[in-house]
Amino acid sequence: MSNFKSIGKDTKKIDALSLATGQPMFVDDVSFPNTLQIKLLYSPHAHAIIEDIDTSEAEKYPGVKMVLTYKNTPHIPHTTAGQGWPEPSPYDTWMFNEKVKFVGDRVAAVAAETEEQATEALKLIKVKYKVLPAILDPEESMKEGAPIIHDEPWITGAYDPKKNLAAHIDIRVGDIEKGFKESDVVVEETFETQYAQHTPIEPHVTITYLDEYGRLVIRTSTQVPFHVRRIVAQALQIPVQKIRVIKPRIGGGFGTKQEIILEEICSFVTLKTGRPARILYTREEEFISARTRHPFKVKVKIGAKKDGMLHAISLYALSNTGAYGTHGLTVASNAGSKTLPLYNKAENVEFISDIVYTNMPVAGAYRGYGATQGYAALEQAIDMVAEKLGMDPWELRKKNHIKAGETSPIFRALGEGREGVTQYIQSCALDELLEKGAKEIGWFEKYGRPKRNGSKVRGVGMSMHMQGSGIPLIDMGAATLKMNEDGSFNLLYGGTDIGTGLDTVAAQIVAETLGIKPEQVIVYASDTDLTPFDVGAYASSGTFVSGGAVLKAALKVREQILEVAREKFGEPDSKDYILENGKVISPKSGKSITLSEIAYDTLYVKNQHQIGATGSFVSPYSPPPFAVHFVEIEVDEETGEIKPIKYVAAVDCGVPINPNLVKGQIIGALVNGIGYALTEEYHFTPSGRMTNPNFMDYKIPSTRDLPEIKVILAETYEPTGPYGAKSVAEININGPIPAIGNALHDALGIRLHRSPYTPERVLEAIRKSKEKKLEPVDPE
Amino acid sequence: MKVKYIINGKEEEYEIHPGEVLLDVLRRNGHSEIKGNCYLGTCGACTVLIDGEPHTSCTILAAKVNGKHITTIKGIGDLNNPHPLQKAFVDVGAVQCGFCTPGTILSAYALLKKNPNPTDEDIKKALDGNLCRCTGYVQQVEAVKFAVKLLKEGKDE
Repeated sequence: MSNFKSIGKDTKKIDALSLATGQPMFVDDVSFPNTLQIKLLYSPHAHAIIEDIDTSEAEKYPGVKMVLTYKNTPHIPHTTAGQGWPEPSPYDTWMFNEKVKFVGDRVAAVAAETEEQATEALKLIKVKYKVLPAILDPEESMKEGAPIIHDEPWITGAYDPKKNLAAHIDIRVGDIEKGFKESDVVVEETFETQYAQHTPIEPHVTITYLDEYGRLVIRTSTQVPFHVRRIVAQALQIPVQKIRVIKPRIGGGFGTKQEIILEEICSFVTLKTGRPARILYTREEEFISARTRHPFKVKVKIGAKKDGMLHAISLYALSNTGAYGTHGLTVASNAGSKTLPLYNKAENVEFISDIVYTNMPVAGAYRGYGATQGYAALEQAIDMVAEKLGMDPWELRKKNHIKAGETSPIFRALGEGREGVTQYIQSCALDELLEKGAKEIGWFEKYGRPKRNGSKVRGVGMSMHMQGSGIPLIDMGAATLKMNEDGSFNLLYGGTDIGTGLDTVAAQIVAETLGIKPEQVIVYASDTDLTPFDVGAYASSGTFVSGGAVLKAALKVREQILEVAREKFGEPDSKDYILENGKVISPKSGKSITLSEIAYDTLYVKNQHQIGATGSFVSPYSPPPFAVHFVEIEVDEETGEIKPIKYVAAVDCGVPINPNLVKGQIIGALVNGIGYALTEEYHFTPSGRMTNPNFMDYKIPSTRDLPEIKVILAETYEPTGPYGAKSVAEININGPIPAIGNALHDALGIRLHRSPYTPERVLEAIRKSKEKKLEPVDPE
Repeated sequence: MKVKYIINGKEEEYEIHPGEVLLDVLRRNGHSEIKGNCYLGTCGACTVLIDGEPHTSCTILAAKVNGKHITTIKGIGDLNNPHPLQKAFVDVGAVQCGFCTPGTILSAYALLKKNPNPTDEDIKKALDGNLCRCTGYVQQVEAVKFAVKLLKEGKDE
């Protein structure tokens, strides 16, 4: 580690100064002359058939260029989920459909000269709906006789659409019934998590235009430029060759931009009119029509032996995918595959999930991706097992967690919507995380000893987590590196930095490999014409997969440089050359040559060629990062308000390539998680309309909501990752619900089975627990 | 109607509709450094300084601030001469996606003009209206503190 020159250093984020000085870097910072502005009309009904739609008045409105409905757009079944191919999500979507399936489903679009004209014209569209009975409760969805949401004959890839089942999972290891029978204690509980949204501060935005050759250019706020290209080609039935997707800087994604929800409409308008077109979501549209986190109801049953060894774990996850099945199967898979291997000592495990359609907002990918929902249940149930055993939950976790050298049958049994890949853990610092985190929060002094000050009571809670690093044998990234005269390098790669700092990490990997400074790497990313392929920014794959590709390209380039140096030095067999400070040095002969000299020589003088290479990375491994979270909260018994006082995130992400960026990922995720635990949720009318689609009524954390936050990095070296790195982006969003829930129990002895833990819910739980205490004692 | 502003020290005259908000007028006239589109003053990304005071430009009628001094992020520093706050946000790692950064830095700038020695609480209060979904705010608060240090060192020189 200490020998690294660029790895493990706080290299300044390469785009940070440009962003901090307001350079035009985002999709909507650049405007094109003659751009048509597109506005969308949304269904006011949760479930309805459009019996008639009259757009004639809208079409006559000044400035209106075209109106799009299901009548004049292609009917190509596809998924909006930007995932690898063949896609694990069902083809259940048309660009526009005559059947609308949630409040916020698209009915029509108007393209006009100005936004105002488009907005006014929308009001002139006359729609006659035949309102159908709607399903607003996932449990109703599976009942006999429930209305069928996707009754169209063309739907493919869904598990059983006639039963409103988008997907279904059934994985069993060992003998679960026997396992529970053999257990000394059994805990069975149900936990619910709520609708919530990513809310990147930059909403979805797309601008399309035709280039000078008539090719379609899509400039869009996306996490998945190559999937955008493929899915737009599919939905509009045009060749991939005709499309170029450009990802400029992106104002945050967190999963919501792993969807193709504006690009095909914008592209259609540009192709039909020949003019640039633009769609920019408002915040309200973002809330009602973009993607959300799948709400889950998880039944967790855990059996343990007296000595504290877990023996059987059963998870049943009812996932509400909303009106469309995007990411439904894979998010639910992760609720098991990213949680159950953590407790690999349990020999009997089952994971069953129903992913149901409802007439509710569409769920999708959201940081944590099912693991968040799984851990909300599992990590609270673990505390309840410990309580039944009379054991410290810290001790229970320490006894049962997975360790380096070990595996879990779940890795193989449960992959991303299909069978997984066997994994042996090669790096794991859970013991260190448990020790250091407990020390930082004062666990052994505080746990089980709530501190009261008037109506305010303090308690502590913890939770333990793992995630993955990309999807094994599915996620692929590629990078091209080429050398310039001054010894600088162009890195062209498909990796998709959406604000995380991946481009900076990529520059550090090149710099380390070639003995140069990160500033000597010119990074250009995510342009389907100019960079090689990459699946994009999801599944915590950036550093591991895209970074892995960069390393492979850099190693090839390094070998090409060394080959030239050997010839120059007349040392054909030398293998011990050093690359540092922009030079190749032969330690034996003392000869040295600068990279610039090599570049001039190979570009202009002798045996001319471009030093450069492309590397592709795909891995059978997806090494999990690990985290242990500790929180101290103060809950006010009179108001029901929970205030996190101190939050400790102890994290093993392998070698942190850029500790400052790692810290930002950890804190950003856990603060987002605190919002999900305490305040963030969708409210609905009885007919399924969201009533709080703005930041006044949907409260995300701001500076004054912050607890004291302490990040502890326990550094391991992950041999399968670039320079020992694992992922870090998602894992830390998973902690706050269970850790705060457990702390609430420590403080007041109450447990909420539904998040967020609002004052109302806390007061209700306090009231119930007092009623219970007043009841006559059960003679048993 | 016509309005005049002094934007980043330079007088500019624009044609506006009476109902337009400042954010839309400025962005339409090339000030793409101002972000945001919540139009409720809730996210803070569109923050600009009007006569030195931070305001969300999405909730202010463009006509109402006719004749005022407006400062955007470009008014306090640039790529070659960044303001210590801009430098500090970069150095400390307070910029992730960067979409909220211009507004956040301007709120911090207004704070430091009034209070060159802010406490953590002062900083959190000043930045409370600037939502950020990436950083979790900790490095932003650290960056403002670092900028205070840079500003003092600058004065000592």
